[in-house]
Amino acid sequence: MTFMMHIGRYIRLMRLVFKKPEKQSIYLRQIFIEIENLGLDSLGIVIFISIFMGAVLAIQMAFNLDTPLVPVYTIGYATRQSVILEFSPTIISLILAGKVGSRVSSEIGTMRVTEQIDALEIMGINSATYLIFPKIAAVLFFNPILITISIIVANAGGWLAGSLTGMVPSAEFLLGLRAFFEAYDVFYALVKSVVFAFLIVSISGYHGYYTKGGALEVGEASTKGVVHSSIAIIVFNLILTNLLLA
Amino acid sequence: MIEAKNVTKSFGDTKVLDNISVKFETGRCNLVIGQSGSGKTVLMKCLVGLFEIDEGKVIYDDKVLSRMSFDEMKMVRQDIGMLFQGSALFDSMTVEHNVMFPLAMFTDQSLEERLERANFCLSRVNLVNANKLLPAELSGGMKKRVAIARAIAMNPKYLFCDEPNSGLDPHTANVIDILIKEITEEYDMTTVINTHDMNSVIEIGDRVFYIHTGKLWWEGNKDTILDSDNPELNEFVFATKLTRKIKGL
Repeated sequence: MTFMMHIGRYIRLMRLVFKKPEKQSIYLRQIFIEIENLGLDSLGIVIFISIFMGAVLAIQMAFNLDTPLVPVYTIGYATRQSVILEFSPTIISLILAGKVGSRVSSEIGTMRVTEQIDALEIMGINSATYLIFPKIAAVLFFNPILITISIIVANAGGWLAGSLTGMVPSAEFLLGLRAFFEAYDVFYALVKSVVFAFLIVSISGYHGYYTKGGALEVGEASTKGVVHSSIAIIVFNLILTNLLLA
Repeated sequence: MIEAKNVTKSFGDTKVLDNISVKFETGRCNLVIGQSGSGKTVLMKCLVGLFEIDEGKVIYDDKVLSRMSFDEMKMVRQDIGMLFQGSALFDSMTVEHNVMFPLAMFTDQSLEERLERANFCLSRVNLVNANKLLPAELSGGMKKRVAIARAIAMNPKYLFCDEPNSGLDPHTANVIDILIKEITEEYDMTTVINTHDMNSVIEIGDRVFYIHTGKLWWEGNKDTILDSDNPELNEFVFATKLTRKIKGL
């Protein structure tokens, strides 16, 4: 199947996904379930990765800016900017593409090959809306929260690493964290987190929804979902950066 | 009544259904039989609109399915119950939630009313004390019963069963057949059953349609099928050594 055919089918699926739900109370309940499955369940891994990511960033900054020409607080400043602008929204979203994307593709793909999606259709339920919309709504709501937590934790990790290794004095790092702060940077990070969240679930959902065959094909759909949503994140990262920062 | 008129369906260059015209009567078990790969499941999926047909039309009473919009088709499908070959139960839901699901989606019934209806449907298929079990904890026969209970929960006018007793032991298969027959007569439904089980044909075959190489090859009922002189049908019906010996072939 050609790339353009995939794009056309993806757009057609998204049009189905955003049709009016049959019963809003059921969809609302589904959204809360998905917030737990796709959002809260990812909190642990996001915190763990963010701490170490921030710590490594701070140590690398300290190593590279080890010159009397650059003030020490620059390490805190550069760590914060790297975390807000790139590491938390993009790297964490790439990791979530693996965790959340594979879950969405394999869950929907398994439902397809076991005829559960056909069963929904036969009941008169718009299966695309029922299965994909609550997941999209959940991650659109929760991904910005995850990314905000990641930003805070990564900066804390950087401060901790700098202090514990003695490479950056605590006061200098904290001064750097507060220096030249622009709220627009956080807005940029949150816009990216929302767009990436949509890409992860919609692309993985697309691959799951059109799975054909059996267990092997579900695995393939899961892999494609992760790979394609990761590629989309990388491409849209450039587009959004160009649109919002250039 | 459900009617298929000149239905043709191809996948790529392979014509799976070739100009099939058939009427399925209300209040009776309409059995579609044929060898594996003959096109039975494709015909059923065309009838319920899961596959788009290339030519012809499918008519539910006076409504043409193939001309309906997405929303109109959704409305008609609320009158359809379907039992899938693999049961297709929602594996994240318990038995009672599977049965209550269409009620929760399309009615304004309270939880108590839905539960009452689910319990009625489950008792109708002789399945008690299984409400809280998950599909993974059920046997094949129990899954079929739950799927039937879910299919009848909304009081459908049309019931489709795709190989309802495949993978079941002869006794359980017979129980499921009789259950479908009873439900069909009790609720005056138009029931279409795909099978290649001759025991089902003899047990409940009010109307029998034999599909061969994508064409409607023969039609009759359980009383006439054994006396047919159609060679392809006889090849299918008397496939085993024992039955061929009895028939004198």
